[in-house]
Amino acid sequence: MRQKKVLILNCALITIALSLASAALAVEGVTGIHDPSTIALDHGKYYTYGTGGGSLVSDDGWTWRRGTTPAITGAAPDVIHIGDRYYMYVTRGQGAATKSQIKMLWTKSLDPNSPDYKWVEGGVVASSDGLEDLNAIDPGAFLDPNTGRLWLVYGSYFGYIQLVELNPKTGERLNPKDQPKNVAINCEASDLIYHDGWYYLLATHGSCCAGANSGYNIRMGRSRKVTGPYLDAEGVDMIQGGGKLLIGSEGRFIGPGHFGLVDLGDGVQKFSMHWEADLDKGGASVLEILPLQWKDGWPVAGDKLQVGTYEIESVRTGTSLEMAVAGMPVGGFPRRFRGGPPPSGGTGSRPAGTPGAPPTNVSNATPRPTGGQGGPGGAFGGMFGGTGKPIPDQDAAQVSKDWPDGNVDAAMANYMSQAQQKWQITPVPEAGGYLGGPYVKITVAGTDRTLSATAEGELVVLPAFTGAPEQLWQLDQLADGSWRIMPKAVPNTKEPMALSAVGASFATLSKFDSKSDKQHWLLKKP
Amino acid sequence: MKMHFKGFISARAIYSGLTIAAAAAPANPGKTYGPTLTGPATPARLTAADGFIQRWMLLEPIGVNGLTRGEVQAMVKKEYFPGQLTVLPHDGDKETVGAATLVWHAVDTKLYNVNLYHFAYSLSKPTSNILVWTVTIVNSPEEMKDVRLAIGSNAASVWWVNGQEVVGIYNDRQTVIDDGVSKRITLKKGPNIVRAAIVNGGGATDFCARFLDANDKPIKGLTVTLSEPGK
Repeated sequence: MRQKKVLILNCALITIALSLASAALAVEGVTGIHDPSTIALDHGKYYTYGTGGGSLVSDDGWTWRRGTTPAITGAAPDVIHIGDRYYMYVTRGQGAATKSQIKMLWTKSLDPNSPDYKWVEGGVVASSDGLEDLNAIDPGAFLDPNTGRLWLVYGSYFGYIQLVELNPKTGERLNPKDQPKNVAINCEASDLIYHDGWYYLLATHGSCCAGANSGYNIRMGRSRKVTGPYLDAEGVDMIQGGGKLLIGSEGRFIGPGHFGLVDLGDGVQKFSMHWEADLDKGGASVLEILPLQWKDGWPVAGDKLQVGTYEIESVRTGTSLEMAVAGMPVGGFPRRFRGGPPPSGGTGSRPAGTPGAPPTNVSNATPRPTGGQGGPGGAFGGMFGGTGKPIPDQDAAQVSKDWPDGNVDAAMANYMSQAQQKWQITPVPEAGGYLGGPYVKITVAGTDRTLSATAEGELVVLPAFTGAPEQLWQLDQLADGSWRIMPKAVPNTKEPMALSAVGASFATLSKFDSKSDKQHWLLKKP
Repeated sequence: MKMHFKGFISARAIYSGLTIAAAAAPANPGKTYGPTLTGPATPARLTAADGFIQRWMLLEPIGVNGLTRGEVQAMVKKEYFPGQLTVLPHDGDKETVGAATLVWHAVDTKLYNVNLYHFAYSLSKPTSNILVWTVTIVNSPEEMKDVRLAIGSNAASVWWVNGQEVVGIYNDRQTVIDDGVSKRITLKKGPNIVRAAIVNGGGATDFCARFLDANDKPIKGLTVTLSEPGK
């Protein structure tokens, strides 16, 4: 966090009820925070702490409220959970210029109502003297999954980002006499993560603390060693100002900063950060939680779930989820196919050829005309020429009169833009959510016919949405950009299940396996 | 003599090596139906390493027209011959369908799929706009819960396991492995009757079928027969 920052935000928080017409969904409730710590989970509740003692807590990761201020407050804390302790690193004693100290404190619980909630001071782990090229604020803690070694990166614009090693058993500095390692320059709010043989240093570039005039953006480099060097995708060392962009301002959200990884397991990763200004909230600094994707060895900021109508396509089969009713081709049956199959097989007479020697490579394809496709001169037209005017979209009102009234199976088929293949994804007010997302209902667009889990762990499309847990869905974007789609509950089981394409024409629910494409789905705009 | 069953096969049909050995002797071993189908030479056959069922009883084609869900569902609800959803025919049994007399043929396929084009063509029967009834018996050494019947067909098809309709796929389509998959079902210990109606419009026609276990893995090594033990 830069020295010029206003340390305590006094902005009035404006909570805007979710508008179904809004394009993207953002976390709800009280979300005002600046420099949020990496989100920590304690007994089912999520916690994050910001500059000036601001803290947020959530029961589900979607709707947040103001939390309890920790015993020691300061600038830009970070929190890491190791063993039975939550360690907080926070800048204290920040005076003029760049003379700062990062202190450690720990507690066994983040819940103020727990008997284990007691912050214990653990001393200084890093500092700057006001003269060196360093400002010891903005700590980011990292437990190396390969070695179990604990590291801290810190620093803010005035000089370098530095790396020191901590003792994972105490949270204290491991060898105070060791010289910190410079790993980057001219950035702040750094953090480390590991993925597939690489260490990634993420840090925030640009200016902060100026509302909608903030140029904050999160950039990164990677290294085979935790100590660096951290090079960006162009090979520029972050210690020379390099940095590949992870996320910049988007739409009505300005100035992302303070990356923090939340690994939910099963290949699902998200990250926390703040926007310097949410224009829909009067330019307040707010918490954000986004999916983390991976592409070509680099993290990519994922997509916010957006309200809208989608084709839900299986990555495994390429076929799309549909309500299992007889489909009506968009624009009606083409003249040539009306009422029956293509005439390639004739009327069932024996094919020409030598009796007893059937062809072994018989195509099922419709034979193409050899001529006369459209009139004189071979002009394009005829069966391939279309109607000569745009065909309007098919909606449920056009074709649903032929659909059964009761429960209908869910199925999958090649997408043909038919009404039973278009799904409306809509958040359900007061239904709560999960980390970074609200529970939604999935309905056939233009109807209230609702996708639901069954007590047998299968799928059904109900005539109407009633709000039951098996009709609420959790959508998490996965590392490859596809989505995991899970019902909030499946009757008769507590095992989490996800939408799964076992066959090309059949979808069901089964235990999620991140390594299988069966449970990866694409949300495509129809 | 063909046997008719009301729904599930009787509980007295207990699987064992003896009962398999007692399954009906092959009637036309070595008879060929084109390059991929032959008359079975043994009383029983195991499902393949990839789980496919390679022994079936096929009825000669019935002329039909239509491939949509509604058309095919109407087709399979029409009675073409008595007991069409319960019969366990023997090789050479005959059915009267309208003015035609159609014959059941026992076949083994060399491939994962059963090529109905080869079948019909070799018998000088129509290959287009046809409905082919087929049935087989899969013998399970123990009760298996949460399995699925996974099928593919060219073109539409409807499938029953132990008398219960479990999956259907419709419209003009090529055979794709595990195209249609049933909801979770239970294979009972002993014989389980798998029956299908395959409907073709034009061109090639074939089907494939296998069972998947609770983890969606093919179940291999099940014994496939064409008659109830001792029948």
